[in-house]
Amino acid sequence: MALDSKIPSGPLGEKWSQYKSSVKLVNPANKKKIDIIVIGTGLAGASAAASLGELGYKVKAFCFQDSARRAHSIAAQGGINAAKNYRNDGDSVYRLFYDTIKGGDYRSREGNVHRLAEVSVNIIDQCVAQGVPFAREYSGLLDNRSFGGVQVSRTFYARGQTGQQLLLGAYSALNRQVKEKAVDLFTRHEMVEVVIENGKARGVIVRDLITGEIQRHAAHAVVLATGGYGNVFFLSTNAMGCNTTAIWKAHKKGAFFGNPCFTQIHPTCIPVHGEYQSKLTLMSESLRNDGRVWVSKSKGDKRKPQDIPEEERDYYLERKYPSFGNLVPRDIASRAAKEACDDGRGVGETGMAVYLDFADAIKKYGQNVISERYGNLFEMYEKITGEDPYKTPMMIYPAVHYTMGGLWVDYNLMTNVPGMYATGECNFSDHGANRLGASALMQGLADGYFVLPYTIGDYLSGEILTGKIKTESAAFDEAEKNVRAVIDKLMNVKGTKSVDFYHRKLGKVMWDKCGMARNAKGLTDAIEEIKKIKTEFWSDVKIPGTANELNPELEKAIRVADFIELGELMCRDALHREESCGGHFRSEFQTPDGEALRNDDKFAYVGAWEYKGENQPQELHKEVLVFESVHLTQRSYK
Amino acid sequence: MKLTLKIWRQKNKSDKGGFETYQLNNVDTHASFLEMMDVLNEQLIEENKIPVAFDHDCREGICGACSMVINGRPHGPLKGTTTCQLHMRHFNDGETVTIEPFRANAFPVLKDLVVDRTSFERIQQAGGYVSIGTGSAPEANNIPVNKNDSDKAFDAAACIGCGACVAACKNGSAMLFVGAKVSQYALLPQGHPERNERVLNMVAVMDEEGFGGCTNTGACEAECPKEISVANIMRLNREYISAKFAVEKE
Repeated sequence: MALDSKIPSGPLGEKWSQYKSSVKLVNPANKKKIDIIVIGTGLAGASAAASLGELGYKVKAFCFQDSARRAHSIAAQGGINAAKNYRNDGDSVYRLFYDTIKGGDYRSREGNVHRLAEVSVNIIDQCVAQGVPFAREYSGLLDNRSFGGVQVSRTFYARGQTGQQLLLGAYSALNRQVKEKAVDLFTRHEMVEVVIENGKARGVIVRDLITGEIQRHAAHAVVLATGGYGNVFFLSTNAMGCNTTAIWKAHKKGAFFGNPCFTQIHPTCIPVHGEYQSKLTLMSESLRNDGRVWVSKSKGDKRKPQDIPEEERDYYLERKYPSFGNLVPRDIASRAAKEACDDGRGVGETGMAVYLDFADAIKKYGQNVISERYGNLFEMYEKITGEDPYKTPMMIYPAVHYTMGGLWVDYNLMTNVPGMYATGECNFSDHGANRLGASALMQGLADGYFVLPYTIGDYLSGEILTGKIKTESAAFDEAEKNVRAVIDKLMNVKGTKSVDFYHRKLGKVMWDKCGMARNAKGLTDAIEEIKKIKTEFWSDVKIPGTANELNPELEKAIRVADFIELGELMCRDALHREESCGGHFRSEFQTPDGEALRNDDKFAYVGAWEYKGENQPQELHKEVLVFESVHLTQRSYK
Repeated sequence: MKLTLKIWRQKNKSDKGGFETYQLNNVDTHASFLEMMDVLNEQLIEENKIPVAFDHDCREGICGACSMVINGRPHGPLKGTTTCQLHMRHFNDGETVTIEPFRANAFPVLKDLVVDRTSFERIQQAGGYVSIGTGSAPEANNIPVNKNDSDKAFDAAACIGCGACVAACKNGSAMLFVGAKVSQYALLPQGHPERNERVLNMVAVMDEEGFGGCTNTGACEAECPKEISVANIMRLNREYISAKFAVEKE
């Protein structure tokens, strides 16, 4: 099947404005007759649900949390990029576009990324008008800071809680529409199946997490805004509930999965400390603005950091990448940390950590300034580790943070299944093989506020005569039957091991063999190991309680069953992509000095996988990436 | 370390509920409180018992999902800390730890330690927003905002909506939660056009939902994991009174 990205023709800078002037519209009277389902209430979901409600569509929004405000966008710390050029430092829409394409190691679509850069400026306007308390200067105007992978200051922030403030802004817009009765909000409801009728997405099956009730909801379009799937690694910076189920069910019903192996390993996280560990905590990348990363020059150095003299320290990022220093992109910083630790120069009890040191910044600016910038992060670090980063350097290590891969979507953000959309982290579209810092919030809000409300009309204009979609149909019967069968099967295994047991096992395989560095042998082994985990899971998992009540173990089991299948696909994708690019580092493909070695002749495409049935390997489709404006070069941050 | 856990177990909303006692050996002092609960649940599953249900998600102290009362205090003994950020190094070997759900009229227990906080949602829906539609915003830097006001608005907006203030209050009052949201908008020029209706509507729903009144005890501020100041309650009162007068005048 040929994948049509539907990128509008014309010069790059005019594609979006021309598209907007010519896209089909749905008139206000007809919008009232159109139902839209939005799954997930993070930045992408809440902003979409609110904006679609404002336009006059009838929206139903669902989240598994007890409040829309608790979606994991809330935890984003550092900031949001926008090409405002308030600093007069040479920023522009084109530069933000270019940085994003380059940062993504030339594996994203020019058209989508340029549009993202264009609407970035509108996002800041919108959020400020909503009452989002961004950091300001004494003039009363908005403050900016710089972030990894770029040489301008274009990141807007609200202390170390930017995601929280932006999400609360989107949440407030959503609440306004709930009050207006334009949006019907369902909390503690989890989507467990998508309904396809005559080739079009027509609704979803959800499980009420309090009562266990299985419900049918119909609509003319289904928008998935369910975030990333980093929890496939068990340990990640994602919230405990983040999962792949919605997009995986969509994939199994025909939606192609784009670049599943593109995973972002974030360089600055608190290192793993024990077997009982349930998640990893990120320390914002913004810390690298003032913190200096180092290890000892000698192997196995067990001295305390303050006892290691300056000349015996290796500030390896500053040494290897003099022009970007500590602000290299995330994939590069992560790999450099891994190299230092693999070289036996890691620090801390486990040797799997490096220092992030603020001593120089505190000396230069004073503790007050540093505390103003990062106070809450320092506090959080101290709470978790019991150490005071004002006095002793932080210890950090890379951890799984974000997934660039996701459902394949066209320029309209529609998957290859008509009527099914994917926005925010759960689509593959804008970040290529590596996402730059402060771009996730930008993409989530761009998709929800400024892209989808336009593009969805293109499809829905063809649905105005459809009439109300009924939930009494063969397609809904079938979907509900499938859901009940999966739940019954899980409840009846009555095995001996908990869900977490299998999740940890899967996570370990993924981290060891499909993590920061991958190779053909490891990936081939991983595929076999995951198949075994799948068999064991379905024959020996133990879920206490019943399906007709609040049952967190059952919720986890449904999610882990999907993670296992996704894990296998990620390994297949990583195995087939015989190049290194961005966060995908195949150890067989590197430059002599250990940098990622792309193969643009063979792999400048989006790998979009089609589901072919239970236990069948997926089929690969390729969307060749066309670069009209950017010249592909070896990424250099030296 | 070893711990004795006295935990509130309640099957569902209509169940009466009661305490159960569990023994946990080998708790790592570096584990977080919720990781300790995970270990307990693994043990219960092993013993063919039903694990303890509790709300949690981000485990970074920001989503506001976790909600236990630990040894009589919402989110436990540490100041300015959510349950998920509380670590076992703050407990003693051999200690008995009592764990209960947040208790308040407006937060019915759903199961074990999980409570229904949708009353908070309804308060927010009554007016916790600026009525600005997508696309109609002016250029962001057109309205300068005094940095001090903006910082204070941020401090109020840092509320995570966990409900510890309500659980801590002897009256089950939500004044700190409502005060924080009303203050955020009252301190920013963007919130001014709707300030009167906002405070009146939010307070009306707060009362309908069965939250109590404020009697200036200050337990809310003391237990708030984000240390939201009671000054926000004073601002709420001021906003409310001035809105009442303004509406009367009209």
